Amino acid sequence: MPELLLELFSEEIPARMQARAAADLARLMCTALAPLSPSNVRTFYGPRRLTLAAEVAAATPEERTVERGPRAGSPDAALAGFLRKHGASRDAVREEGGYLVLDRTIPSIPAAAVVARELPPLLRRFPWPKSMRWSSRSAFTWVRPLRRILCVLDGAVVPFSLAEGEDDGHGLRAGNETEGHRFLAPGAFAVGSFADYRAELAARHVILDPTEREALIRRDAARLAEAEGFSVVEDPGLISEISGLTEWPVALIGRIDEAFMDLPPEVLRTSMRVNQRYLALRRPDGSAAPRFIVVANLAAADGGAAIIAGNERVLRARLADARFFWNEDLKRPLETLLPKLAEVTFHAALGSQRDRVDRLVRLCGEIAPLVGADRTKAERAALLCKADLVSGMVGEFPDLQGVMGRYYALAHGEDAEVANAIRDHYAPRGAEDEVPAEPVAITLALADRIDQLVSFFAIGERPTGSGDPYALRRAALGIVRIVRDNRLRLDLSQFVSPDVRDFIAERLRVQLRTEGKRHDIVAAVVGRGVDGDLMRVLSLAEALETFLATEDGANLRTAYARAVNILRIEERKDGRSYDDPLDASLLSAKEEQALSASLDALEPVLARDLAEERFAEAMATLAALRAPLDAFFERVTVNEQNAALRANRLRLLSRVRRAMAQVADFSKLEG
Amino acid sequence: MSRPIRPTPRSFQEVILRLHAFWAEQGCVILQPYDLEMGAGTFHPATSLRALGPAAWNAAYVQPCRRPADGRYGENPNRLQHYYQYQVLLKPAPADPQGVLLDCYRDLGLDPLLHDFRFVEDDWESPTLGAWGLGWEVWCDGMEITQFTYFQQVGGIACEVPSVELTLGLERLAMYILGVENVFDLPFNNPDSVAPLSYGDVFLRAEREFSAYNFEHADTTILLRQFEDAERECRALLAQGLALPAYDQCIMASHRFNLLDARGVMSVAERAAFIARVRALAKACCEAWLAGDCAEARPALTAG
Repeated sequence: MPELLLELFSEEIPARMQARAAADLARLMCTALAPLSPSNVRTFYGPRRLTLAAEVAAATPEERTVERGPRAGSPDAALAGFLRKHGASRDAVREEGGYLVLDRTIPSIPAAAVVARELPPLLRRFPWPKSMRWSSRSAFTWVRPLRRILCVLDGAVVPFSLAEGEDDGHGLRAGNETEGHRFLAPGAFAVGSFADYRAELAARHVILDPTEREALIRRDAARLAEAEGFSVVEDPGLISEISGLTEWPVALIGRIDEAFMDLPPEVLRTSMRVNQRYLALRRPDGSAAPRFIVVANLAAADGGAAIIAGNERVLRARLADARFFWNEDLKRPLETLLPKLAEVTFHAALGSQRDRVDRLVRLCGEIAPLVGADRTKAERAALLCKADLVSGMVGEFPDLQGVMGRYYALAHGEDAEVANAIRDHYAPRGAEDEVPAEPVAITLALADRIDQLVSFFAIGERPTGSGDPYALRRAALGIVRIVRDNRLRLDLSQFVSPDVRDFIAERLRVQLRTEGKRHDIVAAVVGRGVDGDLMRVLSLAEALETFLATEDGANLRTAYARAVNILRIEERKDGRSYDDPLDASLLSAKEEQALSASLDALEPVLARDLAEERFAEAMATLAALRAPLDAFFERVTVNEQNAALRANRLRLLSRVRRAMAQVADFSKLEG
Repeated sequence: MSRPIRPTPRSFQEVILRLHAFWAEQGCVILQPYDLEMGAGTFHPATSLRALGPAAWNAAYVQPCRRPADGRYGENPNRLQHYYQYQVLLKPAPADPQGVLLDCYRDLGLDPLLHDFRFVEDDWESPTLGAWGLGWEVWCDGMEITQFTYFQQVGGIACEVPSVELTLGLERLAMYILGVENVFDLPFNNPDSVAPLSYGDVFLRAEREFSAYNFEHADTTILLRQFEDAERECRALLAQGLALPAYDQCIMASHRFNLLDARGVMSVAERAAFIARVRALAKACCEAWLAGDCAEARPALTAG
């Protein structure tokens, strides 16, 4: 199969957009070239190029179609019109099924022609998050100026240009040339095949494959760190960003001035990461090491000495700035920042951050006793938890919110639990993040999320299928995780409306599904009136899952389904429900008497089991229904001739349904 | 072929002279600083207004920038409330603006085979000017030495001819080239002169006094009145179709806003409202500038 190679060579593409652009290119090319059945499609990306290599058919398949014309015997004018439309002559027409038809052959199109036809519109519509004009000569936009298009099919240039009428398309025409490293191998060179392209680039100091660059950065960074007895702090996001900033990554190790090593390690790491894209190192004991890794985009003639010296100098200036913020912030106790919080809008309809803090203080006062936290400490933590948002350091590095608050709280003699809560109430931030474990932090973390959900639901800002701008799903999932990991017993219904409670329960179900657990069981047990108590929901679900795995459980479920089925049909037929009390005098068969008797015995026990949360016992109690219910279905005809007997038997089944519904909605169970 | 690497300049002023010579050679008009206080060289009408319309325009100049909130009483080695930007506007954008800029660095003695030059995403936006563009921070060994922007819009108006704006922070660049850690130690003239002077000799006292003015003594009532006067005057001049005098008033209003901001007397909402007022003036000035742009005063647009 012919090999197609496409490279879009531009000025530097933002690192964060490269991977997505490569995926978009593959998707759009596969669609546009579908008639050529592209295969073995590979994409590569880097600072200056997006590349796609694929195998395609040499040509589109020839297609035969039959065009139907006017009815046989129609006036000549109709036929003439038909012939004109298809540019055909009279003798090409034949008759078929009472119509005049034309056999047409859509000829095969060579691959080069298809590529040349499809690429200009594809490139014009390329979905960059933001694109730009760079000349008044053309309306063609790209993420940054597009400088070259390399497009070869089996080594031959596929001729196309971006010109269109008056628009000269920046004079861009597909060719077979590209460029290597900007400084180490300036100038253009011609390319034949993909293998040739890749090898020539490597020889010209460009590593085409981003995963190869990442691996190289990892390996070299680790080697440099180990040589000094340190290790690299894992940061996959940063490594992939660095790979997007370099074509020829060369890791170098630099020193952090000892004078800055007393700054909090989070400050060091964040300043290096956000401002400089340096990898941080740590000592064997986990503390910050006074070194950093910078990845340059070239192997410098002096072995990198000037680059290291320059970066060390820049870092000193950066850390001097950080030190300024740190010193200034330390002068002001968090409490003195509260008036400034009143100026920071949380949301136009929900007031300032100061208003929010007041709500958190109130909520913490209520939650603290329920989770075993010191109420005074929880309220204090709530009062101070957002103050660092207006500190100098967090203004500079928003990622350090909470972390700085903790340091500033400790510096001004706040209780350690209060300080930790200020930091930890933002956790968990993501799926991998740990959940707060200290009672005061737990209180504040719950309050923060409850307030978020209640407030945004109150102003009608609920997540939709397409968007969740206020991260309410994450907030609800945070509550689920905090409650589960700490096995907290509290009824969230005290703090939230039923719709928020259901929203949280839904997150619990989704979370269980993610964990590969039976989420249908949770769906079956919610709606029993105490859904705000997530631990209760979970233990009931666990007991039910165990029960369903037993023979009794499985059988009872089948019998239940049968009962509910009959009821559904008969209730619909009769247009009434059979939930009214049954008449004991009408119980004629001994099996129905036995079933009724076992319900009499079981109902109070089941109610007590549930109230006392002895769920395993509740299941055992329910299991006692199995034998009488099986016997009932075996011997008794529900749809009796005698209407009174029939109605009473339906009432008996309805009673079974109600008894079991106390435990779960068995109809929600799947599989 | 790229330019040869020249020996590094020896003083702050030599950096400026070298830049002037380089950009003059590229065909730029070398202008002088605009005689009004402003926060960035972009505010100079040679950039903001000239970026609009169809006329070709290549200009370079030094612009003193005032950032009242950045003052540190001369105590921080890297922060100043008054500093210089070297500003270049190339319109239309040349065929290889990145290459021209790299030649400019070579001319300053920076060898791209010894240093690590990088173009790192930076989408530039000026809320007060209603302007935005796409481009990069240009890094040299991890330090941002230039802001590189392809202008897309100014005063809310799409740029008919996209231009390239290059902004070099002169003190930072000179400190880097000369290997100086504290801006006040930067040699201002040639260190071998009869009377060698440092940047501190020239500006330290000004940094101290203006920091005190900006943070402590600026009379907010007067500033507010001046803001409102400038705003009113700007509108009145716009009514007369006098785009350039009106734009001066817009620049003055913008700087009064910066001073008020440094005094920390504005709430977040007030701040946003002030920015919107300045932007409205800037937009109206840009519109007036374009409306009065007459054909005979227009240099021919060369292809680019």
